[in-house]
Amino acid sequence: MSRIQQRLQSLREQGRKALIPFITAGDPHPDSTVAIMHRLVASGADILELGVPFSDPMADGPVIQQACERALVHGTSLRQVLGMVEQFREDDPDTPVVLMGYLNPMEAMGYETFAARAREAGVDGVLTVDLPPEEAADVAPLFRNAGLDAIFLLAPTTTDDRVSAISGHGSGYIYYVSFKGVTGAAGLDVDDVSKNVERIRRLTDLPVAVGFGIRDADSAASVGRVADGVIVGSVLVNTIAEHQTDPDALHRALDERLRPMREALDARASQ
Amino acid sequence: MSVKLTEAMLSELPDQRGHFGVYGGRFVSETLMDSLAQLEQEYMKLRKDPEFLARFDEELKDYVGRPTPLYLAERLTSEIGGARIWLKREDLNHTGAHKINNTIGQALLASFLGKKRIIAETGAGQHGVATATVCARLGLECHVFMGAEDIERQSVNVYRMKLLGAEVHSVTSGTRTLKDAMNEAMRDWVTNVDDTFYIIGTVAGPHPYPLLVRDFQSVIGRETRRQSLEKTGQLPDAVLACVGGGSNAIGMFYPFILDEDVRMIGVEAGGYGIETGQHAAPLSAGRPGVLHGNRTYLMEDENGQIAGTHSVSAGLDYPGVGPEHSWLKDVGRAEYVSVTDEEALAGFRRLTRTEGVMPALETAHAVAYALKMAAGMSPDQNLVINISGRGDKDINTMARIDGIDV
Repeated sequence: MSRIQQRLQSLREQGRKALIPFITAGDPHPDSTVAIMHRLVASGADILELGVPFSDPMADGPVIQQACERALVHGTSLRQVLGMVEQFREDDPDTPVVLMGYLNPMEAMGYETFAARAREAGVDGVLTVDLPPEEAADVAPLFRNAGLDAIFLLAPTTTDDRVSAISGHGSGYIYYVSFKGVTGAAGLDVDDVSKNVERIRRLTDLPVAVGFGIRDADSAASVGRVADGVIVGSVLVNTIAEHQTDPDALHRALDERLRPMREALDARASQ
Repeated sequence: MSVKLTEAMLSELPDQRGHFGVYGGRFVSETLMDSLAQLEQEYMKLRKDPEFLARFDEELKDYVGRPTPLYLAERLTSEIGGARIWLKREDLNHTGAHKINNTIGQALLASFLGKKRIIAETGAGQHGVATATVCARLGLECHVFMGAEDIERQSVNVYRMKLLGAEVHSVTSGTRTLKDAMNEAMRDWVTNVDDTFYIIGTVAGPHPYPLLVRDFQSVIGRETRRQSLEKTGQLPDAVLACVGGGSNAIGMFYPFILDEDVRMIGVEAGGYGIETGQHAAPLSAGRPGVLHGNRTYLMEDENGQIAGTHSVSAGLDYPGVGPEHSWLKDVGRAEYVSVTDEEALAGFRRLTRTEGVMPALETAHAVAYALKMAAGMSPDQNLVINISGRGDKDINTMARIDGIDV
């Protein structure tokens, strides 16, 4: 069983929901990322999604676009991101780390090389925004063979047939995109999410984490009611942008953002 | 040529999943997959539907003004003293470029699918103008995404689009050019996927776009083939076209693809020179990667980040190229070369002075290479340049280069 599966199963046994923060690696500076990862874990993260910066983040709104630009100014490369995970693992052997990004940096490194290095560095899963299962026939087995979970997106527009097919290709968890739009946009409709997550659950046994539009304790709690995990991205990346020059203030601010979400999710679980 | 092409091979171009060999495909986020599947399903029916095809032909004839002439550039031919130089006058289309062949086709498609809101990206503004035009014609809401840098370079086209009723959205992310405009259009699309049709301007993007844009643009090559036989009794020895994303080139090339004796030459933007790295020539100096929904040759750095491009012509200033061109390059059926900004500008001046045909700066790249090539050919040979657009939009750029205030 993979580290992701273990973590989600143990949460499920405790009746708790996974809190999954997303940050862009290398933002605001490559040297700051590992400390931020530890901070997120200390503030309640169960799984970390680490964004691999890309020059053309087509599925992202302005907040994560700018995070990519900040990371790329310092030349943050996929190779460096793997180095960050390796360094993170020296002090945290337990928290699963998922790399999330676009295909081209992985293609440039070579999929086999990437899969092997990612495994070696201590990466647990890979989510590639622009790699639907139809195009993943060659790539997904390489990830699987390296022991990496291939995590796929489902969207409100995904038909039942596709939900089944995609779930068959993926492992770890399903990332359900809560609305039609880019990251950081407003548009979360909890009733709609609830309906869709129920629909997905009828078609797959994989845990379902929900992302897009979750920005505070309330939205985390209400999504946590229906999903196995909540993914929080732009609101944290925005916090990083606001405190780029002051690491202490940044860590305090991240804690202030994340901890209430943790508490709200756990309060819900203990009721 | 290394591979012998057959009808059977062409029927697999693209295959059912939109692949041209290893290129093409559908690399988009999940939210768009269902919409693309629906578009593909509907389009596969419509591309054989007599009513749709008749309507498309009628629009091309009466609205676009086709067929465009195949014109013998006599003075240029005698000055160069080599092959006879023919100009396929796509610049005479309504709105002044080949782009409208595609936009009228896609806008009809949108209408058949019941989508009322249109989005498009544009570089030089030609595709934006052609999209805004057909939206006015068909009563569709039109949003055009354009890089902030291109908006500055192409202010006349921006104003044209506004006059036509389109809303022009300035894109300030990334390099503020065509690729970023395409990113932003895709972001809008993913947000408004239910009611919005994305009219992509070139033979790139996720399947079925490279196929349907090729279908709509192939009228260029079909006419050229027929006109060539009528006027010279034979097929041309070579056809040339500039290549940014590659829609005018594929439109010219595709109907000649099985005519092995017809050389097909795509001319990329060499910018300040390939050796400087400041260019927009992925087929000449890039490598395969994935961007904007398809696998194709790209300009990228060693880490897979998309590289900034440079060209004097905004319409060629793009780091990728249509996947079918990547395939044509690998199998050796088409040749891809580049000319520099400076050579293109010289081509622009030469054609303008000698024939009274002022080409777009994009087109001037094909002109510049054709002139070099024609000189080495014999007078009984025929060479066709696709004059993909007219140069009026580039007057300000030319004046700036000449230090003149217009």
